[in-house]
Amino acid sequence: MSHRLGTGGRLIDRARPMDFTFNGKSMRGYAGDSLGAALLGAGQVLVGRSFKYHRPRGIVASGAEEPNALVGLGEGQRFEPNQRVTTTELFSGLKAVSQNHWPSLEFDVGAVNAKLWRFFPAGFYYKTFISPRPLWKHVYEPIIRRSAGLGKAPDAETRDADRYEQLYAYCDVIVAGGGVAGLKAARQAADEGKRVILTEQNPHFGGRAVVDGIEVEGQAAEDWVKAQVAALQAMPNVTVLDRTMVSGVYDHGYVLAYQRVADHTPGAEKPRHRLWRVRAGQVISATGAIERPLSFAGNDIPGVMLASAIRDFVVNYAVSPGKKVAIVTNNDDAYRTALALHAVGVTVPAVIDARKEVTGDLPAKARAAGIRVIEDCAVRYVEGGKSVTGVQLCRFNSDGGAVIETLACDALGMSGGWSPVVHLWSHCGGKLTWDEGRALFRPDANRPPLGHDGQGFVTCVGASNGEFDDEGEAAMLPVWLMPAQASYELRAKAWLDPQNDVKVSDVQLAAKEGYASVEHTKRYTTLGMATDQGKLSNINGLAILSDALGQPIPQTGTTTFRPPYTPISIGAIGGEARGGIFQPLRKTPIYDWHMAQGAYWEPVGHWRRPYCYPKTGETHGDAVKREINQVRKSVGLLDASTLGKIIVKGPDAGRFMDMLYTNMMSNLKVGKCRYGLMCNENGFLSDDGVVARLSEDTFLCHTTSGGADRIHGWMEDWLQCEWWDWKVHVVNLTEQYAQIAVVGPNARKVIEKVGADFDLSAESFPFMDWKEGKIGGIEARAFRISFSGELSYEIAVPASKGQAFWDKLMAAGAEFGVMPYGTEALHVMRAEKGFIMIGDETDGTVIPQDLGLNWAISKKKEDFLGKRGMEREAMVSPDRWQLVGLETLDGSVLPDGALAPLPGKNDNGQQETQGRVTSTYFSPTLGKGIAMGIVHNGPKRMGEVIQFQSAAGGTVAARIVDPCFYDKAGEKQNV
Amino acid sequence: MLLLTCPCCGVSAEETEFTNGGEAHLKRFGPGSSDADYEAYMFARKNPRGVHFERWRHAYGCGKWFLMARDTMTLEVYGAYKAQTTEPPADIQAKIKARRPEWEGYK
Ligand SMILES: [Zn+2]
Repeated sequence: MSHRLGTGGRLIDRARPMDFTFNGKSMRGYAGDSLGAALLGAGQVLVGRSFKYHRPRGIVASGAEEPNALVGLGEGQRFEPNQRVTTTELFSGLKAVSQNHWPSLEFDVGAVNAKLWRFFPAGFYYKTFISPRPLWKHVYEPIIRRSAGLGKAPDAETRDADRYEQLYAYCDVIVAGGGVAGLKAARQAADEGKRVILTEQNPHFGGRAVVDGIEVEGQAAEDWVKAQVAALQAMPNVTVLDRTMVSGVYDHGYVLAYQRVADHTPGAEKPRHRLWRVRAGQVISATGAIERPLSFAGNDIPGVMLASAIRDFVVNYAVSPGKKVAIVTNNDDAYRTALALHAVGVTVPAVIDARKEVTGDLPAKARAAGIRVIEDCAVRYVEGGKSVTGVQLCRFNSDGGAVIETLACDALGMSGGWSPVVHLWSHCGGKLTWDEGRALFRPDANRPPLGHDGQGFVTCVGASNGEFDDEGEAAMLPVWLMPAQASYELRAKAWLDPQNDVKVSDVQLAAKEGYASVEHTKRYTTLGMATDQGKLSNINGLAILSDALGQPIPQTGTTTFRPPYTPISIGAIGGEARGGIFQPLRKTPIYDWHMAQGAYWEPVGHWRRPYCYPKTGETHGDAVKREINQVRKSVGLLDASTLGKIIVKGPDAGRFMDMLYTNMMSNLKVGKCRYGLMCNENGFLSDDGVVARLSEDTFLCHTTSGGADRIHGWMEDWLQCEWWDWKVHVVNLTEQYAQIAVVGPNARKVIEKVGADFDLSAESFPFMDWKEGKIGGIEARAFRISFSGELSYEIAVPASKGQAFWDKLMAAGAEFGVMPYGTEALHVMRAEKGFIMIGDETDGTVIPQDLGLNWAISKKKEDFLGKRGMEREAMVSPDRWQLVGLETLDGSVLPDGALAPLPGKNDNGQQETQGRVTSTYFSPTLGKGIAMGIVHNGPKRMGEVIQFQSAAGGTVAARIVDPCFYDKAGEKQNV
Repeated sequence: MLLLTCPCCGVSAEETEFTNGGEAHLKRFGPGSSDADYEAYMFARKNPRGVHFERWRHAYGCGKWFLMARDTMTLEVYGAYKAQTTEPPADIQAKIKARRPEWEGYK
């Protein structure tokens, strides 16, 4: 049965029909329709099932506040659940499916829940499912998972086919809402020369004025709006955005606006959504008001709608929800709907008005048009199941026991008054005040949200500010329950929040059970917690709560308004940050070469470093083993460019270095290198690396790859904020150099073959020295330092020469079988040598003394960062866990992080432990598993065998040994 | 997201271009200091609901650290100033006193 009227519809184009499907059934609407209008026009009153009881549900509203009519839109990569039909523009080929039912919308098994409503009271999740615990996993959770959650999540294997973008914008004024109040505010600001952004969430401007057909400044609203929009669009200082909702107002005038660029043209070469990240001087909220439903039994039956929504559908789309539409109200505004229906030939059997006497101009017009007005009357009960068949009436001031009349109708419009949309005012802390006369919360102009200058930065105008154009209208009568003393049976069928299935009786029960705070009641009953965030339900719910608590409404207060105003897509939040540009990637100058070699990558901060270079048929383990053997036997190359390189320069550089490092650096000779440790003020290890003194007043600090930026910031902090009179300057040169480690017994021969203009012999260039000169014609700085225990030169060249230098080393090394090696080989070789690694042996609670690094802590220095922290009782305790080497008796590799359990429990009731593994590898050099770990009193327990957790779940025996497994005397590196 | 103005380079920028460094005007206590002084330096923080002095670095801009007086409740910024000082400038203190007469001073 079509509900499309023969004429009218200001937004639709009857010359352009559009075909779409709903649950696979073909339907037809018109260009300009919302999906809701098209469904209703096609006679589809039942559009979904409710969340908890699977009650049949229809469209209630005409805009963003719609609680019921949510559908799954699109298919495959474009499937999206929970889309409001009232804000979805119709397009040809649209595919929608209804939600929350099984097996079908018409016949739903879950609706049996509704028959069991007595067993699903407020807080039923908490009450029913808490115990017994074991039932959770096997019974409750699977049931809840199947029935809970609105809609269906998209298939995890699909990828969103659309693109999304974000845009930064700055303005003096952003106006949210393109109704009359918003247009006026935007025009005024624009005329003052301000930079203005005007947003309207719908595709059309004008708000309610164009529907109600009022006059604005002596002009018909439709014409006035058209002229204003055109004028604003023509102004260079104004940006006019339709289909754009201000979703949130944040600190200091930060505003997010969500533009639905191409929802209505899927597949178009446009971003689907655009998120505007706006910094606004002033925010003007012209967001209007939302009509309130009335709470009476059966107010959720399909065909019961907001009176204003019915008016919208009739005027905008020429769609009526029925042929005989009754109206129930507590105010004059709803009479506009009666008149609008009457004007297009829809029968209005009566306007049911809760007020004792109805006197306003609009009711007079309705009466003059022959519409029956029933005073002091309430809807007692709505008859019908999947659609309205009639309404039972009773006296408003009664318990509903006596039916005075049953009115036949196929739809019912309801109006409980209006609530200003104060969300944008409230997001950032604007306070509300209760307007007794109109029974509504509106912004308290004396308590606005404050900006950085301490001044209010949000202003509400029009209905959003509680200002209504209601001259000639009689006062409304606050009605929170209908009839006023409705019996329990009626209250248990009177819905407050249809999306989450919360009824008047649920809130009353919560109050009875002691939930006196509105925030607690909300969570206990789930009132207002659905995707509509209670736009329709909150005010009625808190009025019921206030009544149950015997206190005035303002004393109960509102729940917190949080952004977004309506849900925005995850795609828009992510914007372009997906796939390859999810985050910036740092590449060394030799990155492309590694890539061409088929490197297996390891992320190190934002860097990518080769973990190893597997050859065809090799596992990663095979490759690591081969790389290590090659380095130990002959020579290998490591791209060490990610190593942090920070220059510390100035007359006070030595003094500063002595504060940064635990050991003495100021006495380092020019031309020499020294390993050093940095701690935070707690004394915990923070970073380590080799320092080279480049000149009397210049030090080069090598930091860990992941630590360069942090350590640079740390140095700046101390220089700027504590020792600002010290003459020192620091520069992070990490990316200015490519650094290549040439490592292995043949390292010197390779460099000699490339050709250096300085003497490479051990006598003139010994271990822990550095030299500058040209190697292979490229200016280079070579450091004789070793992280592998082999003869090693780390050579820094300008980043731009990195690849060329690498190529020369590869060519010269060919006769020695030179190979690149990756981070894993690096790690294994340093573990073989017992060298610590920041992040493996340290975890933010380890002091150098724990790692046997006392030799690197100066006893002469009066002060250095962390010195005072190390003096604390717990840091000098003999009971600290300390670094040792570990060897399993069976040669196996210990699991990383494995604990060494002890019998008994600690004070927290946890298993006692006496140590843990910090680094563990298979050593190709030794042919067995080796590990480092920290163990209680470890260094004093050499040779002792203790148990560690094994990967299989039991324990494995390991002997405590020296952490240096390879060339303890250091003969190999010092040649 | 706060809108901050760097007193070193004058740029006003989004909060994400800065990093926060916690409470300002702490006095460092090194070796030889008492446990109480060290604890006050390292761990005891005012964490006020109201006027707060804090350290910020214009990390993605000029790189300078600076100090700022801000209200943690209203988010009002009373002023930002260079880090090379041991106490807030008199004009900022006067401004805070005018806006928050009940304020008891930065110490
Ligand atoms: Zn700056």
